[in-house]
Amino acid sequence: MNARIGYIAFNTFREAVRDRVLYNLIAFALLLSGAAILVGEVSIDIERLVVVNLGLTAVSLFGVVIAIFIGIGLVSKEIDRRTLYTVLSRPVRRWEFVVGKFFGLTGTLVVNTFLMAVGVLLALLYVAHRFEKMDAWVLVAFYFIILQFLMVCALALFFSSFSTPLLSAVFTFALFVIGSLAEDLRGFARLAPGVAGGLAKAIAYLVPNFSALNVINQVAHGDAVPGRLILYNTVYALLYSAMAISAAALIFQRRNLK
Amino acid sequence: MAAIEILDLEKSYLVGFWRKRPKVALRPLRLTIETGEVFGFLGPNGAGKTTTLKLLMGLVFPTAGTARILGLAMDDPRVKSQIGFLPEQPYFYDHLTARELLDYYGQLSGVPAKGRSARVEQMLSRVGLSDSAGAQLRKFSKGMLQRVGLAQAILHDPKLVFLDEPMSGLDPMGRREVRDLIQQLRHEGKTVFFSTHILSDAEALCDRVGVIHQGELRGVGAVAELTSETQGRVEIVFFAQRVPAALANLGAEARVSGDMVNAVLPEEQQNAALDVLRRENIKLISLTPVRRSLEEYYVQKLRPTEGRKEDDRKEESRKGVGV
Repeated sequence: MNARIGYIAFNTFREAVRDRVLYNLIAFALLLSGAAILVGEVSIDIERLVVVNLGLTAVSLFGVVIAIFIGIGLVSKEIDRRTLYTVLSRPVRRWEFVVGKFFGLTGTLVVNTFLMAVGVLLALLYVAHRFEKMDAWVLVAFYFIILQFLMVCALALFFSSFSTPLLSAVFTFALFVIGSLAEDLRGFARLAPGVAGGLAKAIAYLVPNFSALNVINQVAHGDAVPGRLILYNTVYALLYSAMAISAAALIFQRRNLK
Repeated sequence: MAAIEILDLEKSYLVGFWRKRPKVALRPLRLTIETGEVFGFLGPNGAGKTTTLKLLMGLVFPTAGTARILGLAMDDPRVKSQIGFLPEQPYFYDHLTARELLDYYGQLSGVPAKGRSARVEQMLSRVGLSDSAGAQLRKFSKGMLQRVGLAQAILHDPKLVFLDEPMSGLDPMGRREVRDLIQQLRHEGKTVFFSTHILSDAEALCDRVGVIHQGELRGVGAVAELTSETQGRVEIVFFAQRVPAALANLGAEARVSGDMVNAVLPEEQQNAALDVLRRENIKLISLTPVRRSLEEYYVQKLRPTEGRKEDDRKEESRKGVGV
């Protein structure tokens, strides 16, 4: 990796960590542990199911909000506050800046997810008293959540490369919601006739398929995640993120920084 | 070799929500800055100074024209490692310390790891921030941020330094320190291109100045020449409590302050005026030709086109160039 990208990524990570974004997680972990204790008290036999479902869904939603928030904030903040001027007046290419930012944000989100995962696993341990073999699939669900964050982060960077922070947040969140329903969309597309069907199909395949990355219900029931799905999801998320980042870099390359 | 050659650089933006129309930010600009020169780019707010600097830094793209910096095309990646830039009212990463920020910029500028931290400390000391180097930048005052900005601009020992309003937001002491720093850069053989609207700073520091207004370069001149030009008038200062009638008859514009009179009159009346003072036994304090100040040059260049052309004609006829 180009050294400058590494420097930008590390600086982005350092800024995000010091910006107290991660401190919110402590509150989140505490809340989750409290909820797990409560759930443990009121559920009989399905404590594990409820904790895994509740925990993973919360991590996913909470993380997406953070990914959008810092993904958009960090780039537009650099433009608004003109910190970007002193970076781009150095031997730094614009695409290096975009890619460095992406890696820095990704690093922040991975640390984020790791801490939240620890919170969920501790809650799980509290209600189930011990870990079982099937709990390993919960880790796969966390991995898919990280892949989801990668894509959200790339989309946030893509939108903020040409749009205002507010619109970028709206677009990214809207795509996250639509993408979470991607499988349903594909189903509709198969049913729709003619041109409308073709159009629906194109849209269904263009939006990010977040629903394939959602295995929360499956792992909550202790079902295994096929290895092929892990491979497909990994390749899909990496390719989709790479495309979004490349588009962001291309747009940013030609942008006038007013 | 010219440090900067600006070749008809031009910038316009599209403005308006529905019906976009072009707004000219910079009319074709042709300007050459020599190596080792301290050049002041003067103009009121919104004149096009910052646009010019942003174009040269590659932060905005020209509508037409180009520039060569240190003999290379302005978009050549090699240019960036040889230049330093201080933006107007700089703002940096809030949660970094001054030391961390400079180290980060050193990394990006390709300053070798060995010796980078010594270089950072040297810069911090040069701008008087050694004591605050470990504090996060969000705790810094505007003046301190300006100093950090200067340190980052010269950190990698660039040959050419661009400073956008470097004195902005500084107290008198801070301004003086920045002036000293620019003087030091001159002695080190660096080329400095800075924009300002503080004329006294430009007069004290610059070899040449250019005046820009409404996106148009209105004039360029050497400060020494501009301020050495006489106006065809002399100023006589002498001890007296009133203006002698004979002096008033020579067409003097006089002002009495206490025991002193300050009179300005046409150069050709100088000997007659001295005769009057001798006759009336008045003690002369000084006699100096009235020189044009940079401010007068600036104001003249900022006037609307017709008034300016008239001034230029007068100037040429006074120099004997002819209309």
